[in-house]
Amino acid sequence: MDLSFADADLAFQQDVRGFIAANVPADIRRAQSLNPSVFSEPDIITGWQKALHEKGWAAPGWPQQYGGPGWSPAQRWIFETECAHAGVPSISPMGVKMVGPVIIGFGSPEQKNYYLPRILSGEDYWCQGYSEPGSGSDLSSLKTRAVRDGDHYVVNGTKIWTTHAHHANRMFALVRTSDEPRQQDGISFILIDMKSPGITIRPILTIGGDHEVNQVFFDDVRVPVTDLVGEEGKGWTYGKYLLEFERGAGIASARLRAALNTVSTLAGSEITGRAVEDPDIALRLSEIEIDIDALEMTELRVLSAMQNGENPGAVSSLLKLRVSEIHQAVTRLGVDVIGHDGLVVEPMRPLHTLNHKPAVADQILPVMPKHLNGRAYTIFGGTSEIQRDIISKLVLGL
Amino acid sequence: MDLTPSDEQRLLRESADRFITETYTAKLREQNAKEPHGFSAAIWRQFAELGWLALPIDEAHGGIGGGAIEIGILMEAFGRGLVSEPYLATVVLGAGLVAQHGRAEQKAAILPKVADGSLHLAFAHSERAARFDLARVDTVARQVADGWVLDGGKVTVLDGRAAQQIIVSARVADGGTLRLFLLPPDTAGVTLTDYPRLGGGHACNLDLENVHLPADALLGDDSDALPAIEAVIDRALAALGAEAVGMMQTLLDTTLAYTKMRKQFGKPLAANQVVRHRLTDMSVHCDEARSMALRAALKADAEPRERGRAASGAKAKIGKGARFVAEQAVQLHGAMGVTEELDVGGYFKRLLAFETLFGGSNHHLRRHAALSGRPSN
Ligand SMILES: Cc1cc2nc3c(=O)[nH]c(=O)nc-3n(C[C@H](O)[C@H](O)[C@H](O)COP(=O)(O)OP(=O)(O)OC[C@H]3O[C@@H](n4cnc5c(N)ncnc54)[C@H](O)[C@@H]3O)c2cc1C
Repeated sequence: MDLSFADADLAFQQDVRGFIAANVPADIRRAQSLNPSVFSEPDIITGWQKALHEKGWAAPGWPQQYGGPGWSPAQRWIFETECAHAGVPSISPMGVKMVGPVIIGFGSPEQKNYYLPRILSGEDYWCQGYSEPGSGSDLSSLKTRAVRDGDHYVVNGTKIWTTHAHHANRMFALVRTSDEPRQQDGISFILIDMKSPGITIRPILTIGGDHEVNQVFFDDVRVPVTDLVGEEGKGWTYGKYLLEFERGAGIASARLRAALNTVSTLAGSEITGRAVEDPDIALRLSEIEIDIDALEMTELRVLSAMQNGENPGAVSSLLKLRVSEIHQAVTRLGVDVIGHDGLVVEPMRPLHTLNHKPAVADQILPVMPKHLNGRAYTIFGGTSEIQRDIISKLVLGL
Repeated sequence: MDLTPSDEQRLLRESADRFITETYTAKLREQNAKEPHGFSAAIWRQFAELGWLALPIDEAHGGIGGGAIEIGILMEAFGRGLVSEPYLATVVLGAGLVAQHGRAEQKAAILPKVADGSLHLAFAHSERAARFDLARVDTVARQVADGWVLDGGKVTVLDGRAAQQIIVSARVADGGTLRLFLLPPDTAGVTLTDYPRLGGGHACNLDLENVHLPADALLGDDSDALPAIEAVIDRALAALGAEAVGMMQTLLDTTLAYTKMRKQFGKPLAANQVVRHRLTDMSVHCDEARSMALRAALKADAEPRERGRAASGAKAKIGKGARFVAEQAVQLHGAMGVTEELDVGGYFKRLLAFETLFGGSNHHLRRHAALSGRPSN
């Protein structure tokens, strides 16, 4: 066993560094560092997405035949780590990491030919239509209906908490196409054009003051039958497949480490009155760093197993649980580090294009909103309570 | 020993609760947030008419002569209503400092105006470099022929822009003691940066550059102001603790109602054992917080060490409980909890502000240890 990288991997690391340096200008890094939401606003990521696409690096996890770069797990690791430490904007996962794998796994040849290139280029911006007002943790109780009418489905109902529905031109959605004894049956996975007549979007502000999520209403929205993925009524299987991708993003420790480094720098700075001199802050920095070490080792163990062809299994829930908890520990420490300045509210958005001078420094500005919005980490993609249930079933056999 | 409230205290609680339930609605809070100072002048006048502004002020100065218990009763109700009127800044801190440290003529000039609602005060003490160390003040006061010259900077002055007089702490040049000064914010050399404050109300930062003040701007005499500052902040901690109790109890009640009503997997959320135990832990925290807030209020006028141990004990304990209750309330509301759709987020933010104000739990554990004669750093 060995933690060091082979020479070829080190050469690749240099390539990645060069590529990032050439394609992520300082203003974009600044915008990303000031982004307090869970996802980056599209205007921050388009340039980077385009560069990645031209280089053939837009979808690290995809098979090469669909446009993946054909990287080894070590290369993927290096790429994610370099991106994290350079403060590169995060590409929205909804296309590349969520709907992409479903289309690759279950889509028709036409769907693959049409949608996959548009995901890679960023031409399509996707949102995820799963949750409904009455169906959160108990997702398969969902009620939004799609009724067959000739070559179309007619969709009625509502989705809620839809991240970036106001930016997206496409939604992948779980809808009910028939009533079956088991509520997981009769659900279908369809692709919806967000410009279709009958769709209205109501913005919902998050606790940090950001417009990130929405409620989406469907009023007789017509969706071509060709936009059904896989078989009618099998949507639950595809949806769950996708959730595993959503949860076990695989390489999250690098972003967490970068976030902790940011907090650590702040703690050593005069602008926080050198918070690190408070022994409590110093200990917590170490404690969280060690948590990240443990997470990173688990991720490496999984990657290594996958390299040998093994299936990661229920570990995706374990990773999701720890990543979200560690994320919240980091943002919380950030709040304690900035001390008095945590009381300062900057209501204007986006933070990287304010047209007035805020009451606190750039480094402090996003700390509190990140913490507030960060409370969502233990809720979206399946709450921590639900992850613990899954782990207790799949890992412990309870 | 008797912890039964007096008739007056019971009446005060009833009228405060009624006011919050009937007047201080979510709609009013929304309007207040849009006001230039983040609160309503009309509500402040109502506070004056109800006698709440006069509550802790002595009778000789137009007050009612109440104490920390009465303030706690009001503050708990204010917590339930997420009241943004600057009761802490003007009455508890501002008037508290004047009463504690002011000269007779200053008390006579200022306290009746606080009591009748015509004067707002604020306290500018915190500095970024000091973090939460009350004794560390880098703002300097130089004595000159006709008065004083102040230089330095203050952060998070609660509701400072609404105040006609800001009480500023400064250290007398060349390692002297702490002093307090009455500063009208429009004095030349003062730059005031106002902003909305986490959880409601406003705060501001002050830059003080060559600020000339007349000799009589000195609050009190030339004795060290630190003991007065500590006494008043200990009382503020008791008041804030009571306010936190009001918020925590509201979050518990709301979360209890929500988890009983919302169904997933064919049963109420509260039917799951993990949720029930979580709610139970929240209620234990609420109960302990209530006890500690009361304890801090009962000891608000004790000798400094005992008073400080009770105040810091309350801040440490309630801070931890507040964090647990706030985080779990959000968590148990699911996505609803992390949006502005419900009030849960508002309470979460105000409790986060409570945790930060005058130092977090660990800061107060250290102070408690130091006051108890234990080695601490
Ligand atoms: C910022 C954000 C972005 C989101 N983006 C999207 C998106 O793009 N698309 C989308 O479809 N959805 C999205 N969601 C929704 C998310 O997936 C749901 O919030 C999540 O599944 C939980 O559902 P809920 O909010 O209805 O909570 P509920 O299911 O009502 O749960 C409330 C609380 O009860 C607990 N609970 C529920 N059942 C049990 C049980 N059996 N045992 C123990 N505890 C239980 C939960 O853990 C939680 O604490 C987003 C959510 C957030 C906060």
